[in-house]
Amino acid sequence: MTITGIAAIGAGLAAIGAGLGIGRIGGSAMEAMARQPEMHGKIQSSALILAAFVEAVALFGVVVAFLQG
Amino acid sequence: MMTLNTLKKRLFFTLFIAVFSFGFASSEKETEGDKEFNPKEMILHHVKDAYGMHIIDINGHPISIPLPVILWTDEGLTTFMSSEFHHDYNGEVIVEKNGQRFVNFHEKVYVLNEGESEVKFDEDHHLINAERPIDISITRNVFMMWVSITVLLLLFISAARRYKKSEEYVPSGIASFVEPLIVFVRDEIARPMIGESKYKRYMPFLLTIFFFIWINNIFGLIPILNGANLSGNIAFTFTLAVLTFIITTVSGNKNYWKHIFWMPGVPVPMKIFLMPIEIIGMFVKPISLMIRLFANITAGHVIILALMSLIFVFKTVAIAPVSVAFSLFITVIEIIVTAIQAYIFTILSALYFGMATEEEHH
Repeated sequence: MTITGIAAIGAGLAAIGAGLGIGRIGGSAMEAMARQPEMHGKIQSSALILAAFVEAVALFGVVVAFLQG
Repeated sequence: MMTLNTLKKRLFFTLFIAVFSFGFASSEKETEGDKEFNPKEMILHHVKDAYGMHIIDINGHPISIPLPVILWTDEGLTTFMSSEFHHDYNGEVIVEKNGQRFVNFHEKVYVLNEGESEVKFDEDHHLINAERPIDISITRNVFMMWVSITVLLLLFISAARRYKKSEEYVPSGIASFVEPLIVFVRDEIARPMIGESKYKRYMPFLLTIFFFIWINNIFGLIPILNGANLSGNIAFTFTLAVLTFIITTVSGNKNYWKHIFWMPGVPVPMKIFLMPIEIIGMFVKPISLMIRLFANITAGHVIILALMSLIFVFKTVAIAPVSVAFSLFITVIEIIVTAIQAYIFTILSALYFGMATEEEHH
């Protein structure tokens, strides 16, 4: 297997991690919003920020894959 | 009736984009000529900075806006227009100026060594007989940055003028467009993150990065500009992140530094253990800002172009509807992402400023 292939697998693994993380954030945010609709705005903005943090880690992986591939 | 009209407009708009992006993609193939289509090369070439704004190919003849190439070499300042390379980026066309020979190799200008008349490569396809001069050219990204600065200045100066006229001005025209956005940045980003007493000092910076990132993200999505990928350029995001880092560090108060070097409320071994982590954290925050914006915008461009490349990889027009539909879908998502990434960058900067200026509370 070439280094490009390994880089592609790495990018895929990073995507799985980010998917799990953002999925959990999104699911919990939805539940919280359904329970307390009046907190909708605040929950949404903090969910976005948390999603950005999770995504950043995945993007580090993608960038490494870019550099290798 | 009203909804039907808007629906019609939207359908027309969608079709327009679909047809337009299709034409955009087909233009990419003709530059490749008879060679095997290489999506990786096409995408990387598109995402990178370039000398000259390539707009469109008509019958295999590329049309582009030439931009000045400004170099500082051993012989002093050398300038010429990028059109002298005749759209070559494989180091084949040689431009002679001041007795020196210049080539454009993968959108980087090299100066050939004394006495060399053509480029030579080693096995890894690297140049061996040429060197990089100091390059301060007006590239595609620099040009687009100036365009976006001009647009922002026109927009905001004309809006500010209207407010100057009278104190109790009801916004109209451009002002009614920018006022909700500015109020959004103030009430949703600066106030909750930094705090009521200190947010005013940081408003100019927050507003500037928010609008600057947003408008550059949007410009990157316009196909006719060939997606000058400015906010997907690591140097651009690096500069913005460094500005955030400097402001955070300069405005850090005693409480902030205490949390970094001698974390209060934990036992002494833990304090020593936490110190290096917090110091690394200080630098990781701006680095993650930099990588996040760069990777998000670049990934968006790469996905759109990769979907378009599918048509040429499979060499059939049957895949075109799928490819166009998907890339249209991604383009619409990217339009949302332009705003979200500008929002995230601004709100995280505000969060870091808030952490730096937070007072001790016991």
